[in-house]
Amino acid sequence: MDEETYEDDAQRDLDREHGPEGVRLAGVLYEPAEPGERAPRRRRKKKTRATYLFRFIALAYLFFLVAWPVSLVVKNTFANGLSDLTDLLSDPDAIKALKLTIVVAIIAVIVNTIFGVGMALLLVRYQFPGKRLLSALIDVPLSVSPIVVGLALVLVYGGRDGWFGVWLEDHGFQVIFATPGIVLATIFVALPLVIRELVPVLEEIGIEQELAARSLGANAVQTFRRITLPGIKWALIYGVVLSLARSLGEFGAVKVVSGNVLGQTRTATLMVEEKYLNFDKGGAYATSFLLVLVAVSCIVVVSLIRPKEKRK
Amino acid sequence: MSIEIAGVGKRFGDFVALEDVNVSIPTGQLTALLGPSGGGKSTLLRIIAGLEEADSGRIEIEGVDATHVAPQKRNVGFVFQHYAAFKHLSVYRNVAFGLEIRRRPKPEIKTRVTELLELVHLEQFADRLPSQLSGGQRQRMALARALAVDPGVLLLDEPFGALDAQVRKELRDWLRRLHDEVPVTTVFVTHDQEEALEVADEIVVINAGRVEQVGSPDQLYDTPANDFVMRFLGPVTQLGPDLVRPHDLELHATDPGDGLPGTISRITRVGFELRVEVASADQVVLVTLTRTEFAALGVEQGSPVYLRLAHGAPTVPVQTPVAALDEPDPVPA
Repeated sequence: MDEETYEDDAQRDLDREHGPEGVRLAGVLYEPAEPGERAPRRRRKKKTRATYLFRFIALAYLFFLVAWPVSLVVKNTFANGLSDLTDLLSDPDAIKALKLTIVVAIIAVIVNTIFGVGMALLLVRYQFPGKRLLSALIDVPLSVSPIVVGLALVLVYGGRDGWFGVWLEDHGFQVIFATPGIVLATIFVALPLVIRELVPVLEEIGIEQELAARSLGANAVQTFRRITLPGIKWALIYGVVLSLARSLGEFGAVKVVSGNVLGQTRTATLMVEEKYLNFDKGGAYATSFLLVLVAVSCIVVVSLIRPKEKRK
Repeated sequence: MSIEIAGVGKRFGDFVALEDVNVSIPTGQLTALLGPSGGGKSTLLRIIAGLEEADSGRIEIEGVDATHVAPQKRNVGFVFQHYAAFKHLSVYRNVAFGLEIRRRPKPEIKTRVTELLELVHLEQFADRLPSQLSGGQRQRMALARALAVDPGVLLLDEPFGALDAQVRKELRDWLRRLHDEVPVTTVFVTHDQEEALEVADEIVVINAGRVEQVGSPDQLYDTPANDFVMRFLGPVTQLGPDLVRPHDLELHATDPGDGLPGTISRITRVGFELRVEVASADQVVLVTLTRTEFAALGVEQGSPVYLRLAHGAPTVPVQTPVAALDEPDPVPA
C-alpha cells in the first residue's frame, strides 16, 4: 500500500461521510454524518400513478411467490385445529428430529461465525498471494448444488471407501450417516453467509479506527473487541441470522450424508419429506410450520432490536 | 524526548517511498515534515508511530531503539487526517479510550478527560457522538484523545487537510498556542508550506523519499539548500542562471548602474500586490511589488525598465527551468 492508496481511502471515507444520501449496509441506513455539511435533502418525489403501479407489481410478486404459499402452510397446519401440531409434538421421533436440527444448526452457526469473522478480516485487512482464489472458493457453497456437496462429502468421509473416512472409522469416529456428517454438510452450505455480510462493512469502516486504537495502547484483542466488533455488529447479527435460517432449512446435502435413520439421523427437513411421501400431510405441514416459525421469528427479532433507521 | 531516524528506507513494491532518511527531531519542539503529496512524509510519520515498518534503518525514541516495538508500546499519540473517531463511542469515551485500556481508576479518568475536553473546548459536547460534531471539532477531539495518554511524542498526519480554509487557519493558530501550553515533542505532516512556516519551530523538507533540507522556517526561507526547497517554500522566478524570489527584485525606471534592462510585458494586480512581467534578453522575469511602490515608479505596460536583485537576497542555481509564470488574466493597472 502506498501513500496514494491511503489518500484514496481517505477520500472515499470523506465521500461516504458527506454523501447526500447515506450508505445502506446490510439493510442499515447510515445517514450522512454531518448535519451542518449535508447537501440539501432530496425533495420527496410526488406520488404519481407509476409509483402506485410499481408498488402494486412488487407487492403482487411477493404475495404470489412468498406470502401466499407460506400462509397456506400455516393454514393447513391448523386445518384440524391444533391436533396435527400436538400429534407431532407427542411423537418422540419427531421431537428427536427437531432437536437434532436445532443442535446441528447451532453448531454450524457457531463454527461459521468464528470462521467467518476470521476469514472476513483476512480477506479485507491482509494482502497475500491467492487472495482472489480464496475469495472465489468461499462462494463455491453458494453456487454448487447441496446434493453435490453431500456426494462430495461422502467421497471424502465415507466409512467404507472414503478418502479420509476409512481411517477415521478405523479410529472409531463415524462421520457419514452420523451427526458429524450432518454438521459438516450444514456448515458447508452456510459457510459464505457471514463472510459475505462482513466483507463490505469491514471495507467500509476502514482501518484507521483500528490503527488509532493500537496507537492508544490497545492490543489486537482489545482493538477487535472495543473497536472492530461494535463496527460490524449489525452485519454480524444479520449474517448469523441468515446462517441460522439456512442451517435449519438445509435438505439436499443432509439427505445424502445423514442416512435418514429414524430417531437418530433424521432431521426436521428430512422428516417433512418423509411424512409428505407417506401421506401424513398434517405432520408434514406441522413440521414445516415449526421451521417457518423459527426462521420468521429470527427475522422479526432482528428487525425489532436493530436501531431504527432515522427518518426526518 | 528526541526522535532519531537513521538510514530509514521503505518500498511499496517498486515504489520507493523513503530512501536512506536521516533526521533527528529535537525534544519539545513542533516539527513539520513538509513536502509534496506522495513524497514519503506520511510514510515516515507512520514508521515513527509503528503503524508501518521500515525495510531498513533504525528509529530511536528518547534514546530507546523503537524500530521493532509494537505501536501500542511506543507511547506515541497519533492524529489522523480523517480523525479516525471511534464512531460508536461518545466524545468522552473517545478521549477516555487510552486511559481505559490502561485500566486507570475511574475518578482519575474523569478528571483527566474533563481537563482535556476543556483544553480543546469541547466540554459541552462530552456526551455527543462524533457524527454530531463538525470536522474541526472532531479533529480537536482526536487531539485530546491522543494527548490523554501523556504521549512522549505527538504525531499528526495532515491534521487540517480535510478541513475548509477558515477552520484550518483557526486550528493552526490553536495548535501553536496549545503546543506552547503543552510542550510535548510534536511532529506534523503537511504539504502546505504556509502552514509549516507559520506553525513549526523546525521544518524537514521531504521530496521523492529523501530529505532535502532541515532547518528553522527562517533558515529554509532565507538560505534554501537547493532549487526544490526554494520553489516549494514560495514563489520563484528566474533571473539569468539563478532562481530568485519575485519580491526580492527591484524595479527601476532609470538605470541604477548595474541593472538588467527590459520591457514591461504584462501587469497583473491581486489586491495590494502587483505582479509585473518584464521581458529582458531571452527570459521573462516576474517581479512583485506593492501598489504604492509601483505607483511611485510611474511606468506602464511597454515601458523600458531596469531589474536589480535586492542586496543579500537568496539565490539558487537553476537545475530545471521555471515553468510558465502565473497566468491570471491581466487586470488593467
